[in-house]
Amino acid sequence: MQFAFNEDQREIQRTARELLGRRAPLERVRAAAEAGAYDERLWDEMVALGWPGLAIGERHGGVGLGLVELVAVVEQVGYALAPSPLLADVCAALVIASGGSPAQQARWLPGIATGELTATIATVRHGAAAPMPDADRAGALVFVDGDRASISSAAAVERDAWASVDLTRRYARVRRAADEPLESDVATGLQRAEVALAAELTGLAQRALDVTVAYVKDRKQFAHPIGAFQGVSHRCAEMLALTETARSATYFAAWTADADPEGLAAASSMAKASAGDAARRVAGMAIQAHGGIGFTWEAGLHWIFKRAHADAAQLTDADEHRRRVARLAAQRLRAASTQVAA
Amino acid sequence: MDLGLTASELAFRDELRDWLRQSPPGPTPLEERASFDHRRAWDQRLHAGGWAGVHWPVEYGGRGATLVESAIYNEELARAAAPPPVNVIGLTLAGPTIMTHGDEAQRARFLPPILSAEEIWCQGFSEPGAGSDLAAVATRAHQVDGGWRITGQKVWTSFAHDAQWCLLLARSDPDAPRHKGLTYFLLDMAQDAVQVRPLRTISDTHELNEVFLEDAFVPDAHVLGGVGNGWRVAMTTLGNERSGLVFGKSFQARILLDRLTALADERGLLEDANVATRLGELHIRVEAVRLTAYRNVTSEMQSGQPGPEGSIIKWIWSETDQAITEYAVQLLGIEALDRDSPWAFELLRARGDTIESGTTEIIKNIVAEQVLGLPRLR
Repeated sequence: MQFAFNEDQREIQRTARELLGRRAPLERVRAAAEAGAYDERLWDEMVALGWPGLAIGERHGGVGLGLVELVAVVEQVGYALAPSPLLADVCAALVIASGGSPAQQARWLPGIATGELTATIATVRHGAAAPMPDADRAGALVFVDGDRASISSAAAVERDAWASVDLTRRYARVRRAADEPLESDVATGLQRAEVALAAELTGLAQRALDVTVAYVKDRKQFAHPIGAFQGVSHRCAEMLALTETARSATYFAAWTADADPEGLAAASSMAKASAGDAARRVAGMAIQAHGGIGFTWEAGLHWIFKRAHADAAQLTDADEHRRRVARLAAQRLRAASTQVAA
Repeated sequence: MDLGLTASELAFRDELRDWLRQSPPGPTPLEERASFDHRRAWDQRLHAGGWAGVHWPVEYGGRGATLVESAIYNEELARAAAPPPVNVIGLTLAGPTIMTHGDEAQRARFLPPILSAEEIWCQGFSEPGAGSDLAAVATRAHQVDGGWRITGQKVWTSFAHDAQWCLLLARSDPDAPRHKGLTYFLLDMAQDAVQVRPLRTISDTHELNEVFLEDAFVPDAHVLGGVGNGWRVAMTTLGNERSGLVFGKSFQARILLDRLTALADERGLLEDANVATRLGELHIRVEAVRLTAYRNVTSEMQSGQPGPEGSIIKWIWSETDQAITEYAVQLLGIEALDRDSPWAFELLRARGDTIESGTTEIIKNIVAEQVLGLPRLR
């Protein structure tokens, strides 16, 4: 048993971290966000590295790696707050890859894998789609309604820009006219997409923790770095605990997705709920630890906080995931007691 | 990343499962004396079957189990509802500390009867004035002809009323700096100069004791790791408090939560969204403890060091265990507070989780200083 990235996976992680560290420092993120733009050069590099197609099968022109490798990259994209359409793109692709018929896969996945088109995804409530990230540029739009999903080309939708507080992405309200249902295993696709969301959320939590640790070592009050005071240092320890448990659940779900698919329903819900909670709480605690500075636009912690809330709101919310985990546990226990009785 | 078990890990697990099936531990009696006798007999059956101290090296009678195998061992024993070993201090603390710091004679004298549970051990570290601040130990050791005379008081001493031997930390040189003046002794409990008094706990069980030492004698041959070296030896002991035990504990938490979930399901309470949400959250926390502990096993096996996640495991387990017991009592109502209810016992016992083997506050200090590198005020 080895619960850590292997050498190849570490290499993928290292490549992502180094590229994003160079190309997406906070000032670049801020410049792109304030301009309402993506960093197109960065996106080109991501495409050149094959990230949109990392977990898409080779027969569709993808790299054909697993969810573990995708999670290694997406976590770094979250850490960097990269102003790019990657997250919604890979989430939509995961749903198409599992939920689409062979014909639907063949129609959509090759273009996504090569970056010729981007895809996006949103849930439908009461007949209307929630605001979709990156919809303005998307060539494939996936709509999730309960356990069903449908897909539409760009030509068959109407889009109105929608302004979110999360400026690191662009959103639009989308009206569907002629979407077609995805005909295969949508549930698995959604579970895999939740794991990708959990990976970005884990990266956001880690970033909020790192920024805060650096600040509280430096900032002095009462003649000491404030990180020496237990009111602050214990909060930082709690931020680490939240981040690490989210990471455990996320990596486990990613491994489960490829190696133990029967366990994915529970594992993906655990990952999304714990990473969604961790990112939102750690980002909030980061603002608190910075005091008044943390509340300013300049300090930039708000980028993490807003994106954490936006990501956590994608697909299924944390409490619904918790209820799913409880129901799955009850099912497991009923099955076990039936087995004993028989 | 591969969370599947290797062929040899699977073989280890299957061999243990087979053995447990043929040799089930049976229910642990509630009454304290009978419970102790049952647990000791179970320790001895494990030893006879070759399943005691699996993490000990083969040369000392163990199986040289890897950290993953130790984790499997503790999970499987919890799954079989085996009682925790009555000689847990001997197996997890005394044995490894004596292997590291003991001389040949000490290893030959002390290790075999630990493994066979013939000799039960207790740990004499904490004192009324030395809890989290262990270096404040004030129990005095005076050198005499052929050994040492020791006077002082120890507290929170589990198993002292059944133990033959005690891992005793005492101050041998009051003039040396705090951490330098300590020596580590292997104390024979069977002497009049050692008096054990029970401490009644909030769960009204006899688990803990006070130990009073009045010129208790330890021969020179039973000084462990050299005079004045007690702090370093004690750190070896504390470093062994992990050693896979958390896998058994987190599995017990899982069993408790499963029982609660099944009860809630039988009563139709999972239809209530609030109940399902709260129970789901507890399942997520229990699983997070187990997974984080496994991540840490990989870190330790790869680098020889615990990863940053290693230091939080006991902390998050303890708070999860408390949360399960508190919610159980809320969900099941006042019936759960029946004096004989296992839920009432678990509720009360769980308060010790966040205090024993390092309080949560001390763990947060360790995380802040040693993992995050934050400055310290002291």
